[in-house]
Amino acid sequence: MNQGASLIEFLISRQGDIFEQTAEHIGLTLIALLIAILIGMPAGIYLTRHKKISGTVLGIVGIIQTIPSVALLGFLLPVLGIGVVPAVVALFLYALLPIIRNTFTGIEEVDAAVREAAKGMGMSDSQILRKVELPLAVPVIFAGIRTSTVISVGVATLCALIGSGGLGEFIFRGIALNNINMILAGAIPAAMLALIFDSVLAVVQKNISKTLKPFLFISAVLILAFIALVVVPSLFSTEFVAGFTSEFMERPDGYTGLQAKYDLSIETKELDPGLMYRALKNKKVDLICGFATDGRIKAYNLRVLEDDRSYFPRYDAAPLIRGEILRKHAELRQALELLSGQLSDSMMRQMNYQVDHLKRDPKEVAEEFMEGLDLPSSSKSMRDQSIAIGSKNFTEQYILAQIFAEVIQHYTGLETVLMTGLAGTKICFDALRQGEIDLYPEYTGTGLFVLLESESESVSRIKKNPHLLMGFVREETRKHFDMEWLSPLGFNNTYTLMMREKHAARLKIRSISDLACYLQDSNKQ
Amino acid sequence: MTHRELKSSTVPESIIEISHLTKIFGQTTAVEDISFSVQKGETFVLLGTSGCGKTTSLKTINRLIEPTSGAVYIEGCDTAERDPEELRRGIGYVIQDIGLFPHWTAERNIAVVPELLGWDRSKIQERVHEMLNLVGLDPAAYAGRYPAELSGGQQQRVGLVRAFAADPPIILLDEPFGALDPISRREIQKEFKNLESLLDKTMVLVTHDVFEAFDLGDRICLMDHGRIKQVGFPRDLLYSPADDFVRRFFQANRFLLELKVLSLKDILPHLPGREELAEDLPCFSEESSLLDVLESLERDKGGTAPFVITDAEDAPVAQTDAGEVLSAFYTIKPMEPS
Repeated sequence: MNQGASLIEFLISRQGDIFEQTAEHIGLTLIALLIAILIGMPAGIYLTRHKKISGTVLGIVGIIQTIPSVALLGFLLPVLGIGVVPAVVALFLYALLPIIRNTFTGIEEVDAAVREAAKGMGMSDSQILRKVELPLAVPVIFAGIRTSTVISVGVATLCALIGSGGLGEFIFRGIALNNINMILAGAIPAAMLALIFDSVLAVVQKNISKTLKPFLFISAVLILAFIALVVVPSLFSTEFVAGFTSEFMERPDGYTGLQAKYDLSIETKELDPGLMYRALKNKKVDLICGFATDGRIKAYNLRVLEDDRSYFPRYDAAPLIRGEILRKHAELRQALELLSGQLSDSMMRQMNYQVDHLKRDPKEVAEEFMEGLDLPSSSKSMRDQSIAIGSKNFTEQYILAQIFAEVIQHYTGLETVLMTGLAGTKICFDALRQGEIDLYPEYTGTGLFVLLESESESVSRIKKNPHLLMGFVREETRKHFDMEWLSPLGFNNTYTLMMREKHAARLKIRSISDLACYLQDSNKQ
Repeated sequence: MTHRELKSSTVPESIIEISHLTKIFGQTTAVEDISFSVQKGETFVLLGTSGCGKTTSLKTINRLIEPTSGAVYIEGCDTAERDPEELRRGIGYVIQDIGLFPHWTAERNIAVVPELLGWDRSKIQERVHEMLNLVGLDPAAYAGRYPAELSGGQQQRVGLVRAFAADPPIILLDEPFGALDPISRREIQKEFKNLESLLDKTMVLVTHDVFEAFDLGDRICLMDHGRIKQVGFPRDLLYSPADDFVRRFFQANRFLLELKVLSLKDILPHLPGREELAEDLPCFSEESSLLDVLESLERDKGGTAPFVITDAEDAPVAQTDAGEVLSAFYTIKPMEPS
């Protein structure tokens, strides 16, 4: 009951956003599908006439289909940048296979006797196609189009990761923030869209002869409108654009507060954390919300803007561990305490750089770090107990998880199992709560704002003081969740805004205040 | 058979001429250097076991298959020089698998070629209804049915009339009754033989069924391994086989085939004479084949009843019965009449 009521409340309070995102979602899906139909069907027909190449072509299109969506978006990034255009291209590529293959198969499956009869009675190839093959293949072709539609509605949610908008924005913000209502606000309309598209297509299929011409006309109009209103402007856009992660957009310590604190007004796009840095480097965006210890700051020559009004809290990294496992294996605390204060900001940044830019294996980097620590030697015999270590899905977390594993194995003799790459704070935290993992690296600022959903008055006093912050977070977490924050590892991986060094130098922007001033000036002009 | 007589009395005029035709598919030679001609108005049967090249030969006539070498002439014109689609619209085509368009009604199926030829709507509808009536399908009940709503026999009837809806002078039939059960097959074969509107058509029929060949064919072309073994009237193949292969081909069914090719007229001189002819007996024309007469008697009269033979003017010429017919048959059998 409670959940239902709060969902409805949420939907009402965000209805403007929901309508906007739904409209974006429909736009993306529809345009991509129409292009896929207009290209896929003729391609499928062409293949039935040139069977020698059909295997190759269907194979290639099939391979595209197997590329994970986020990877495909990553491939498209350097070429097409971010936003609606690459999203449409990606959706188009995914929608293509079912349409080509079903058109091809539908026509191929027409009874050979029927085709022979048609030919024998003197129909030309195009007459056979129009009068016999296509009408008979309609059910199969439509099955393909309907498959593509469902795929497109689904994949379009992922396109939120490259700043194209759509219902994925809510879903990813919700996942990152442990907010079920927000996930549902994206997922429910998306599911409804899939159902509605499917029923519309069923009606079109039943009345194919009547609906074909209006359908083609509407498609042509929509595609031209899309090119004129979206593609062309995006090619000539010079606006200053920020690329922020979904999590940052909705976090209490994220964009909303930042906007108020610095009086920022900036055009934002949502981006996948992994794609964000490259988007900045490739000048697809001009500003991102990065992490202070990220290796790519150095690799891509980025400038970290000074938080001159002290907006961001401390984000001291520490192992967050289940109370139960700690009581069972007290030696875990001793082992992990060995890491206390051992990692400085620059050491962490260096390790991230090794992995991100020099493409080294996180395990290798972790082992190297351990050798350099000069910890007391120990020879624990191995035991038949294993500790599950989780991590979020970015480089630093992978490395920290490896370091935890090394320390635990070495000083407790316990086995470790890695469950790394969990997509966001919510998933890690829930996994920990349910005992699917036993510990993972977390940051005090994140604990404060996201996990505890703390009230803001008490927060502003303590958020810049590492000891007060850790004390508060530790106390609250213990109380509510039976989890323990162990000693901080030493570095503060705060959120920061960053720009390309050259760009920032040219615009003379050093701090977030400078940026706000610059944006206000350029808006006035 | 009245129409064979009709034809043999007129000067033979060839309408289809196949000249030194060879067709090679990859490594396989389907047809090797065959030549034959089909007379206007006759039913010409291409007979042979599967893989003998009969279907390949048939399909070169409407250019569904292009010959590797050799030529096909229709009414003296080389078909290679004609537009294949236009050529096909002028030639009826019936295939074993019927190949009705499943998304169209019987009416629309039959109307295909007239539509392609651009007939006007009212003429097409009139013709379609005429065609349905021809094969005993009431247009009111059947015109609007889809193929899936017709029985196998009804489908084949629609398939047949679809081939001659546009009244083509030539009709090609590729195992037209092959997909039917034995009972519907007999029925449709009979209907087909008696279709008035087919009397003046030239038909080329492919079959592996010797009875069908003897029943429907005016002339038969027996093929084997891509070559022609013999072309001739059914009784030529039976009584003057070109070689051992031809003889052996008909050996298993020889008795019935002989009864089929011999008519009452052939045995007339060998029947015991009778002065008086009884009234009210069933009549058979002297052209009737012995097999048809015996089968008809067996079916309707219990086999032994007497009957009267009539001549071309329907005048009674003799009275006899099945026993006498058979003993006359055995009398002339060794003589192998030509």
